[in-house]
Amino acid sequence: MFRNQYDTDVTTWSPAGRLFQVEYAMEAVKQGSACVGLRSRTHAVLAAANKAASELSSHQRKVFRVADHAGVALAGLTADGRVLSRFLRSECINHAFVYDAPLPVSRLALRLADKAQVCTQRSWKRPYGVGLLVAGLDESGAHLYYNCPSGNYFEYQAFAIGSRSQAAKTFLERKFKGYDDYTPEQLIRDALSAIKETLQGEKLTSSNCTLAIVGRKDDGTVEPFEMIDAKRIQEIIDSMEAAEETPVAAAEPSSTQEEDKGTDAAPMDI
Amino acid sequence: MSRRGDWVYENNGGTCVAVAGADYCVVAADTRLSVGYSILTRDHSKICELADKCVLASSGFQGDIKALHKNLAARELLYQHQHNKRMSCPAMAQLLSNTLYYKRFFPYYAFNVLGGLDSEGKGCVFTYDAVGSYERTGYSAQGTGSSLIMPVLDNQLKSPSPLLLPARDAVTPLSELEAVDLVKDVFASATERDIYTGDKLEIVVINKAGTKREYIDLRKD
Repeated sequence: MFRNQYDTDVTTWSPAGRLFQVEYAMEAVKQGSACVGLRSRTHAVLAAANKAASELSSHQRKVFRVADHAGVALAGLTADGRVLSRFLRSECINHAFVYDAPLPVSRLALRLADKAQVCTQRSWKRPYGVGLLVAGLDESGAHLYYNCPSGNYFEYQAFAIGSRSQAAKTFLERKFKGYDDYTPEQLIRDALSAIKETLQGEKLTSSNCTLAIVGRKDDGTVEPFEMIDAKRIQEIIDSMEAAEETPVAAAEPSSTQEEDKGTDAAPMDI
Repeated sequence: MSRRGDWVYENNGGTCVAVAGADYCVVAADTRLSVGYSILTRDHSKICELADKCVLASSGFQGDIKALHKNLAARELLYQHQHNKRMSCPAMAQLLSNTLYYKRFFPYYAFNVLGGLDSEGKGCVFTYDAVGSYERTGYSAQGTGSSLIMPVLDNQLKSPSPLLLPARDAVTPLSELEAVDLVKDVFASATERDIYTGDKLEIVVINKAGTKREYIDLRKD
């Protein structure tokens, strides 16, 4: 992306019909640390790679519960993401107040997209610098949407965003056709494997990833959106590694310090 | 009945009671919904569980009560999102007071009793008027049968003079079962003389194990 005379304002078109400010906002998403989402017919899973600014700080929260039936994972300017999560929460609460029913996920994604679009058409605003993976459960099953700063949104079977997300996407592309019938445990495993791809060799532990799931069990009971706790994530990672029987088990369980050293800082995530 | 052409409220009757114990709280309300001298339904709950340790019982105008309960439930959900925990009973008590006073000049026609466990796990009861004036007490009754029930609760549960030393706790030393029995008795008495109270009694007991609900039949006349 080069600087040119059409990129100062979000309200300036380029001769080629592009809005550069919006495209630059989408670049910000690519700078954030990776997030992955995938779904089956009945469950949706969100996973995020945690990046901390330094060994001394805590890591950024990237996965937020928006309602009992939906949540988001974000990549990019997390401050923008926090504000949007708050907006989504109040949209869900207001809808439930008026209609006594959960806001369908497609409508939730639409509200978010409309809000993002407003910022691409006002000279005194800037586009939100955050991409959101919106996962949720409604009457028509589990859904996953990607909302980008441009105001566009698409439904996905599986998707990854953020830095090094291409590695995750390649992994997901190989297997996504079968996802509709996956069990929740299989979804979780694939989400963790996808996140592992983005870590580029670093060991996956419960302290460098977050995981959340929402869905409806076979007997009809709903499992509300919730983060999976670190202990359980570690158990799943351990059982995954045992199943793989990877020969590269030379590295001992790395301390927090070692994990953060090798990673590039994701400036926008901090 | 009101002669004013602009009277927007009606009283759907009913009675609510709450009693606080050392580590439990009992909140009870009848399930009769009336208007005038008629019964609209015998099976309407006046109780709303706002948080895991916080239960609200309201009597008065059901339209306002429904709106009030929905309002508080939505605010509690927002609190959960922001603070990552459920609202405590004292916090909800303040919120309810503010919500009621917010409509000081067009009040919620709701007479509320909030019961639950405070942050230390002790039983607490908060009693309100229609515009949000509230007080933490050991027990309370609100609604059409309150004037029949309150004197009996005073007789059984009122602590001796606050001037007496050593200071005694407002909460009753009664056990949970004794408190539930007392509540059943006072409702049975109120049902005899208050036409708006009867049909069924819904009792919710909150303790550290969770929330339990039971239904007792009352006189249907």
